[in-house]
Amino acid sequence: MNLRRIAYTRPWRTFIAGFFKENAVTYQLLGLCSVLAVSNKLENAIAMGLGVVFVVTISSSLIALMRKLIPPQYRMITYMIVTSTFVIIVDQFLKANFPLISSQLGPYVGLIITNCIVMGRQEAFAIKNGAWLSFLDGLGSSMSYLYTLVILGIIREILGFGTLLNVRVMPLDFPPWVVITMAQGAWFLLAIYYWVFRRVAKLKPAEQE
Amino acid sequence: MTLNPLVILVAAVFTHNIALTYLIGMCPMLAMSRRVDTATGMGVAVTFVLAIIGPLNWIIYRFLLVPTHSEVMSFLVFIIVIASAVQLVEMLVSRFFPALHASFGVFLPLITVNCAVLAVSLFVMLREYNLWQTVTFSIGTGVGWGVATTIIAGIRERLELVGDVPADLRGAGITMVIAGILALAFIGFSGMVAIQ
Repeated sequence: MNLRRIAYTRPWRTFIAGFFKENAVTYQLLGLCSVLAVSNKLENAIAMGLGVVFVVTISSSLIALMRKLIPPQYRMITYMIVTSTFVIIVDQFLKANFPLISSQLGPYVGLIITNCIVMGRQEAFAIKNGAWLSFLDGLGSSMSYLYTLVILGIIREILGFGTLLNVRVMPLDFPPWVVITMAQGAWFLLAIYYWVFRRVAKLKPAEQE
Repeated sequence: MTLNPLVILVAAVFTHNIALTYLIGMCPMLAMSRRVDTATGMGVAVTFVLAIIGPLNWIIYRFLLVPTHSEVMSFLVFIIVIASAVQLVEMLVSRFFPALHASFGVFLPLITVNCAVLAVSLFVMLREYNLWQTVTFSIGTGVGWGVATTIIAGIRERLELVGDVPADLRGAGITMVIAGILALAFIGFSGMVAIQ
């Protein structure tokens, strides 16, 4: 009974909107560069996804706390400074604890700064709402990014390397689909994922252009 | 790293195209590839800004951050340099080259959030290029991004005339398929030159 009531509260609706219906990747088409580039292996996908969740939630909450102090004409540069501070933390954390993953991700960790999800949530939500709601909003959006990365990472690692988290799951004579680990395969896979997701979520057809 | 700067230029445009091989700068690519003239204008603007910002960030990194051992701050410094340089370029162009500003001025503010610009500085830092390599890499990256976006825009304009795309795949979805096919075509260039 209580659970059903939660479904109608504002915090829950804020979270679930970003998490499913307004999925950051397939609905708003944000943060695509890194989705394709780092989802070739599951471990990279998880590391990158968690990094983005950390940056989006913390920076959104912080912007929401400071929103009355930020002069409107300087808000973009404030977003960028706040975001890059947390991205530096993620980068240093990965370098210190997971040097192998850090070198595989290469420049894509730094590119979280220009990942549109971060600035999108700050500008669309955090600047107008309180810290708790902004935290949930950031969590919902970035979790949708995380699970998209994980789904694509699982498919690409199994088909491309025959392994999952570096453990072999396919028979040894399974020919790896090299193309799916490369950029070309990533484009096609994302297009298929986008198609299936929009069909399943019954989103309105994309606007006629 | 003693690669010939011209090799890097060719590689950045064709074999290691930033949009098709590294999948960077995709958000603006999807948004800007609706019409050919928009795509070309944005490509020119990106190339112009990159030719300024790439070497600028290299100089700041090499002569300011490395001697003071503050490489940790590079992300923060790069993004501030990009944001302020884009503002400055826009002001200068609109003051001294009004004709140029009229043709691609509207695209300039959007460049701050184009990941390709930040990515160039990060790649240069990771691969330890020298100044000439940085200059050619920056220009090549801008041209490569512009070429890829313009070709995609051309295909999309033709596709509008046929218009037999499944409803859920319209817009961004079909653009991804086009980009995938184009990326396959660009594999044809690989083997010409190799970097990294």
